[in-house]
Amino acid sequence: MARKLTKREIQRKTREIYKAVGNAPQRMRSISNIKSAQFPYRAARTPNGVPPVKRKTYLGSEYPTVWARRLPARTVRLLSTELIAKPLMSYIASPQRTGYDRLEGLKKRQAVIFVANHQSHADTPLLLTSIPFQWRNRLIVGAAADYFFKTKFGGSLSALFIGAIPVERNKVSRESSDQIASLIKRGWSFMVFPEGGRSPDGWGQPFRAGAAYLSIKCDAPIVPIHLSGTGKILRKGKVWPKRSSTKVTFGTPIWPGEKENSRTYSKKIEQAVAELADEENNDWWIAKKRKHSGQTPTLQAPDMGSWRKAWSLEAQLEKSAKTKSRWPTI
Amino acid sequence: MPQNQRKHPRPGLVLDVDRTSPPILFHHGEGFRMEKLPAGRSRVIYPAEPLPGIPNPNASIRHALENPLGDSPPLSALLKSGMKLTIAFDDISLPLPPMRKPDIRQRIIEAVLDIAAAAGVDDVHLIAALALHRRMTEQELRHAVGDRVYDAFAPSGAIYNHDAEDPDGMIVIGTTPHGEEVQINKRAAESDLIVYVNINLVSMDGGWKSTATGLSGYTALRHHHNPQTMVESKSFMDQENSELHKSNWRQGKVLKESGIQVFQIETTVNNNTFGYEGPLAMLQKREWEWTFKDRMSFLGMQAGLKRMSPASKRKSFQGWHSPYEITSVQAGEVEAVHKMTTENVYKQHLVQVEGQTDILTMGLPYICPYNVNSVMNPILVACLGLGYFFNMYKGKPLVRRGGVVIMTHPTPWEFHPVHHPSYIDFFERVLSETTDPAVMSQKYEKSFAEDDWYRHLYRTSYAYHGVHPFYMWYWCAHALDHLSEIVIVGGNQEAVRRMGFRSATTLQDAFEIASDSVGFSPTITHYHSPPILMADVT
Repeated sequence: MARKLTKREIQRKTREIYKAVGNAPQRMRSISNIKSAQFPYRAARTPNGVPPVKRKTYLGSEYPTVWARRLPARTVRLLSTELIAKPLMSYIASPQRTGYDRLEGLKKRQAVIFVANHQSHADTPLLLTSIPFQWRNRLIVGAAADYFFKTKFGGSLSALFIGAIPVERNKVSRESSDQIASLIKRGWSFMVFPEGGRSPDGWGQPFRAGAAYLSIKCDAPIVPIHLSGTGKILRKGKVWPKRSSTKVTFGTPIWPGEKENSRTYSKKIEQAVAELADEENNDWWIAKKRKHSGQTPTLQAPDMGSWRKAWSLEAQLEKSAKTKSRWPTI
Repeated sequence: MPQNQRKHPRPGLVLDVDRTSPPILFHHGEGFRMEKLPAGRSRVIYPAEPLPGIPNPNASIRHALENPLGDSPPLSALLKSGMKLTIAFDDISLPLPPMRKPDIRQRIIEAVLDIAAAAGVDDVHLIAALALHRRMTEQELRHAVGDRVYDAFAPSGAIYNHDAEDPDGMIVIGTTPHGEEVQINKRAAESDLIVYVNINLVSMDGGWKSTATGLSGYTALRHHHNPQTMVESKSFMDQENSELHKSNWRQGKVLKESGIQVFQIETTVNNNTFGYEGPLAMLQKREWEWTFKDRMSFLGMQAGLKRMSPASKRKSFQGWHSPYEITSVQAGEVEAVHKMTTENVYKQHLVQVEGQTDILTMGLPYICPYNVNSVMNPILVACLGLGYFFNMYKGKPLVRRGGVVIMTHPTPWEFHPVHHPSYIDFFERVLSETTDPAVMSQKYEKSFAEDDWYRHLYRTSYAYHGVHPFYMWYWCAHALDHLSEIVIVGGNQEAVRRMGFRSATTLQDAFEIASDSVGFSPTITHYHSPPILMADVT
């Protein structure tokens, strides 16, 4: 009498039979067969003659970031800032932070718009680790919709780790400004680089009026910040960061005046950052005197050829022995 | 579905299957099958995308009540202090699956009662117009009319299920010129006004069928719920060519002439059966438009369903409530209202199809009008496929005379003992002897219809009437007369054989079986539903 097979033996024999016959039921198929399987394991092709459906991508300025302002995401952001960004920044940028005393006049729950010059990708983490906790806890960062929110992956990383919110820099978008305004009114602080992108040559770019407009609309003060030295870390065109010492200088909060015009107000903000730059390059007293005599150097380069711009910028900055190339990457 | 497509929904589509076409989704009871159809000779009919719902349903209901169609005065002018008002409403069989709260019936009944309260009407009864269907449970009534209405009327017993077997509660009004008796609920007949609240899920619903069938009993229903009428209704979804509707309209005329005043309120819903988002959203999309999320949800759902028991699968599917949106509300005189309602139903359901086919395939879902919160027994499987789906045409049937219908459904030999007691006897006693609707009608119908035990269960329990399984079988009469072969794929073999159909394990086997009748290279059409579609065959 034949021996009774165990369950495992029956399964093995069944597999062998199926293999020999080449007609395995789906559960018997190997992973490689599943890989070669068609729909629904992989997307189906649109049949011939049927117009393909236009999918809404929800990328760019339409990327939804509400989830990134909820408690779990804020907790992740706080932990990543404290445990990853802070040590990393102190290693790469060795920041020297000044001007906190100028923020003391602000109320504890006052929503603030932080405005800084922009030279490097290191600016954002440096600022995030520099802004006092009372504002960092509820802070959104204006990020270029066409750059940071180009893909779902990039958008979600930006929203999660830096609290980014998409801002249109190539066209006027009422939608994103209305969204940011409503958040500021609800007590969220906002950090933005009004130049609209990193400096291509080390010189500053004219400030756009978005931050000024939001400040007037929400009656929120603007805190000007000047960053120096970050251009050497990860300036435009560079992929790998380089260590350098940096300085973060907080300025006195500026409140919008009555019937303030956003364009002139924006100039005022730009001037405030330029004064901080002057203060950082020289000293507070010289910067004050230059301010009152109207001689504060602008952030932007004088009107001259590109090589002369680079030349004069190099003259302004500290000479570095290790500098290999003095020509800017444009 | 992206927002812009909700505003501009695409009409139905007839897809010619070629080698690149993906496997097609077939519903298979509480499960699904993916089937590859032969290239070059198959086509798939997809339903239209959901039409946009009306933005403010409550305002539209108010507007409809105050601006009635036909020669009816506004509802506020019909309601007077001291009058007898009966509000009848469609039962659990509509819509399918049940809709998410608030149900349309609740919205309308609340609006009607609001006007009635302003007019000082005290004597109001609410009746679930279920004809010979099972009674609705308290929970089901609450879902339909809402807690506010139920709590206001239930304590005084003024909201209840229609009882077609109550000797004191039914009255015969008269007879049509064709000799059809007209019977109606006595309370409704004695009311100064009947307000009928209807949901038109398919074009068969509504019109005089609401009152003349919903509030009626066996005495009247037997005149149109019979094999002869059903065979001659081509189809019963197309009122102009439906003997069923003609008979109902004749009975309606008798009701009208007897002085019974009916204020009809009809509504239509869109095709948003499974939602734009959510776990079942892919079921109302075309296969090549399934996103990664859809495909993963589907595969996950399939894997989960494989591991679930039939009872838990049933429970989870029966728990689905559709996020239907209301597309129109009409009120006033019955026929004028129904004309507009039908136009609105057609706007959502009609798909132009050219020519008939040799084989019609259909995937049968887990639900039909008669197994809400219940078991889909073999008779209901046949009724859904051969009664409802087969008749979803205008003009000509989708399948040619002598063609084959292939349906996919597990068809379990299983019956709900509370809801379908007479079905069990029908399946065991009647179908084992004959599957011919005409023969069973003459030989067995009366004994089931007049059986005291079934009557008792219908009146006091939650059982369908004794004659109901016969009606379900008659529903298939047109298809049985028209087709040469019916094959059920993946069904219980014995249950399928008992009904006189052929059983197949795979769709390929079913095509092999069909080749006896339609040859080796037949044309195939797949009816991709639900959501609902109606083929306008030219």
